[in-house]
Formats: sequence, C-alpha cells, structure tokens
Amino acid sequence: MRAFSYEKVTDPAQAAARAAEVEGAKFLAGGTNLLDLMKLEIERPAHVIDVNGLGLDEITETEEGGLRIGALVTNTALSADARIRRNYAVLTRAIAAGASGQLRNKATTGGNLLQRTRCPYFYDTAQPCNKRAPGSGCAALSEGAFSRQLGVIGTSDACIATHPSDMAVGMRVLDAVVETVTPEGMTRSIPLEEFHLLPGDTPERENALMPGELITAVTLPAPVGGEQKYHKVRDRASYAFALVSVALIRQPDGTERVALGGVAPKPWRSAAADAELSNGAAAVMAELLGGARPTEENAFKITLAERTLAAMLAEE
Amino acid sequence: MSPPIEFELRRRTLLAGSAAIAMSAASGQRSAAQTVTPTGTPVGPESTAVTLTVNGEERELTVDNRTTLLDALREQLKLTGTKKGCDHGQCGACTCTVNGQRINSCLSLAVMHDGDEVKTIEGIGTPEQMDPMQAAFVENDGFQCGYCTPGQITSAKSVIEEIRAGIPSHVTGNLTAEIALTDAEIRERMSGNICRCGAYANILAAITQVAEGDEA
Repeated sequence: MRAFSYEKVTDPAQAAARAAEVEGAKFLAGGTNLLDLMKLEIERPAHVIDVNGLGLDEITETEEGGLRIGALVTNTALSADARIRRNYAVLTRAIAAGASGQLRNKATTGGNLLQRTRCPYFYDTAQPCNKRAPGSGCAALSEGAFSRQLGVIGTSDACIATHPSDMAVGMRVLDAVVETVTPEGMTRSIPLEEFHLLPGDTPERENALMPGELITAVTLPAPVGGEQKYHKVRDRASYAFALVSVALIRQPDGTERVALGGVAPKPWRSAAADAELSNGAAAVMAELLGGARPTEENAFKITLAERTLAAMLAEE
Repeated sequence: MSPPIEFELRRRTLLAGSAAIAMSAASGQRSAAQTVTPTGTPVGPESTAVTLTVNGEERELTVDNRTTLLDALREQLKLTGTKKGCDHGQCGACTCTVNGQRINSCLSLAVMHDGDEVKTIEGIGTPEQMDPMQAAFVENDGFQCGYCTPGQITSAKSVIEEIRAGIPSHVTGNLTAEIALTDAEIRERMSGNICRCGAYANILAAITQVAEGDEA
C-alpha cells in the first residue's frame, strides 16, 4: 500500500471542497472495497478523507412519503430497517443477497454505489486493463480469457466488467435518486439510472460524480407496493457475485418492473422491457437484452436471465 | 490478559521474508501492464495517534496510516488471537467486533477506529474461563487446525445476536416476522468465515448447541 495522509471531516460540503482541492484525495467510508484495492495498489490515494464523522447515518421520511437514506447507513442497518423490510422488500432482499455479514456491517449506502465496476483482470495487475491502466487493452476480451462472470450488455470493446452491487439493482427497480454535494457546496440529485456510466472508450470513469462531489443520501420515492422479489443466481449458495440477478415488482393491476444485475456495468432496466411483462419472460428479455454482445463463455447468461424471470413469474 | 508475545526471527518468518523479496523481483516485469501513475503526494503526517479500547482496556498507539485494525491488534498490541488469512475480507479469519458489530479487521484502518471498542478472541474467553461458544466448539470438534477458529467463534456469537436483533438474511422467509434460528439461517450467516479443514458440520452443531442452550 502507498503512504497517504489522513484526515477526518465533519461537514459534507467541507469534505467535498477538500477532496477537490487535494490532488489524489479519496473519500473513505466503510473501506471494504477501497482498502482491498489499495492493498493491491490498484487504488493509490495520496490523501484519504474519512467521511465516517459526517453523521449521514439516518433513514428519514421525505415530504413525498418516501425515505431518505443517509450515505453512511450501513448495508446491515438498511436491510434491517422496519420501513424498508415492510415497504421496500426488494431492497432488503437485494442487500441480504450480497457480500457477507461482516462486510454488510461495514459497507455503506454511498460506498456500495461507488464500489468499482470490476473483473478478475482489473484485480490482476500483471494483466492489461483499460479501467486500471487506460489504453493498455482489455485482457478479458483477449483470446482464451475467462469471461464467464462478465458483462453481456452495455459493455464496450474497451471493457466488459460488471457492477457487482446487489443493493443498486434493488434501488434501480425502486427508482432511487442519488443526492450529492459538490465542492462548491451545491446539492444535486442524480437518478440512479443516470448515476453509473457505461464504459465506452473511458471505462476508468464509472459514475456521474464530478471531482470532489460527495454522495450524501439516496432517496426512495413513496412505496409502490406490489409483490417484491429478488432472485440471485450464483456459483455457490452464499457470498459470491451474481451470474444473474433479477429484481421484480409485480402489481395487482398487472403492471410490473424488472431490473437485472450481473449482466452489465450498471443495474439493467428499461421501460420498454417493463411494458412486456404481461407477455412473459421471453418477451421481457428480448427487449431488455436484445442488444447483448456476450462472449462465447457468458452467452448462457441471456438464457439464465430469462429462465430466472420465468421461474419468478411462475411462483405463486 | 495474557502477557504479550515476544517475536523473534523464526524459520517461518524468514521464509515469508524471502517470498516477499521473490515477489517484488517478479513484479518488475509487470510495469508494462500497470501504467497508472499515482497522482499527488501526501499532504500531512503519514502516521496518527489513536486510542482504542481493546477488550475493555484503553490502549494508546501511534500507527502508520496504512495499518489495518488487524495489524494494529497483532503486531502492535501483540493480540495474535485474531488471525490474518487472505487479508482481503474473503476468509473471515480476522473477524473481531467493533462497538459490538463483527467486521473484517483486515479491511478497516486502525485510524478509523479512534475511540472505538474492539473485542478480540482474547476478550471473549480464556483457556481457564471459556465462553460458552468456545466450550461448544471444543465439545463438538468445531475445528481441526484451529486457524479460522477465533474468527468463527466471534462470528458465531454475532450471528446469534443478529438473528435475535431481527436482522434479516438471504434465507429469511417472512421479512416482518420473528426470525427462526434454523440451520439454514446459521449457515448463510456464517458464509463469510471459511474453514479449509471443512469443520462446517461441527461448527454448525456448536452454534446450534449454544443457541438452544440460551433459549432453554
């Protein structure tokens, strides 16, 4: 790990200003992804700004009847909150499907969204990776590469990594909005749909935040009700990234919403696919994954996603 | 508390040192792939004074900012009960509790825990006065080599507390009902602790015995 200076901050706007001012500064919240990457020197901050003293650790009700989740609310606290369990069950289900008990106790709401979109080649510093070392190439797309876990849609010739968060998939199907503060002290609301960027030619840029900009909260609209489910398919029963995950909300009137995890650099959802749900899983996936560009190794994810949704729709 | 362990150069330490040198030699070939240059330089001190309450005792120490909570416990406070396995949050050997919650101490910096209460396996029980969970691991043969055991025991105690606190898991059925202390719940919640000897069945038996004993 590279040496770094360290400071604690107590005010969100001050934190953002400081991060913009100091070259090579990084925010530190739970640290579960950042420290992992710092040990491998994939992340090399010169200055670490510990935001754990900002007090953004409460879940409060909004005027619109929704919930405002502070950026520092832990995954455990969020999944266990009685209001979330009752009215946003898909979010509890998604969080509980991710990571381990120890990690969920440290991982925060803001940090979970900001965990790096990644693949095994991003972690292997002996391999080229356009995300880690822009312009060096993509080892995951090279001859004989292992790409079984990786993305099938929204990817590019530069990068096929997936965003591994389950929480974000649950939030996406709930139409969550990310709230931030900029280094100038202005606040901004970014729909989660627009928060994560597709890799294109710049896979090192993963989200819409400007330098120094800090997530302060995630807001959920008023409860939408319906039957809420999250199914995660993975290579072992627990503590593994998704091959495919499906978040589903079904309403008594037949309208439904679907978001996918494990297939793209961001939670994957479209209004056109939502509208197809009455026509069955195949119609939904034709719309949602119609533009997929899988590798030979991960083409199975398209079939798997369709069958996972079909199984969920067939459940009583 | 047990007296601190004095470290000396042993064969194992020497081998680890040699391996590190071998690895750094190999990494010279990697520079082509790793072209990211670090931006900026530290703008302040690279070490920090912190006060931790460890197993009820206040400890003041100065740590390099890079020091993980795990390394502070083991290398500075000489509390070697907490183990280093993968050092990346994947194996759970380093599990200890901070302010009552279990975490991977390898993925947390010591400087983040100024003023926090840390509990390690040394604070859970001693050979003379074992915690009921430790006694149950012994009784049920919940280990073979024992390396993962401090983390397993720490996690196991937290798992029972988390179920009683109503924190749902991936296998919880009704999210608004009381959570049942089933084998499936325990297995799922213990998935962050790996045991390479494969003592899982006996670990489960030990945890179940303690949980049922609490209820009786």
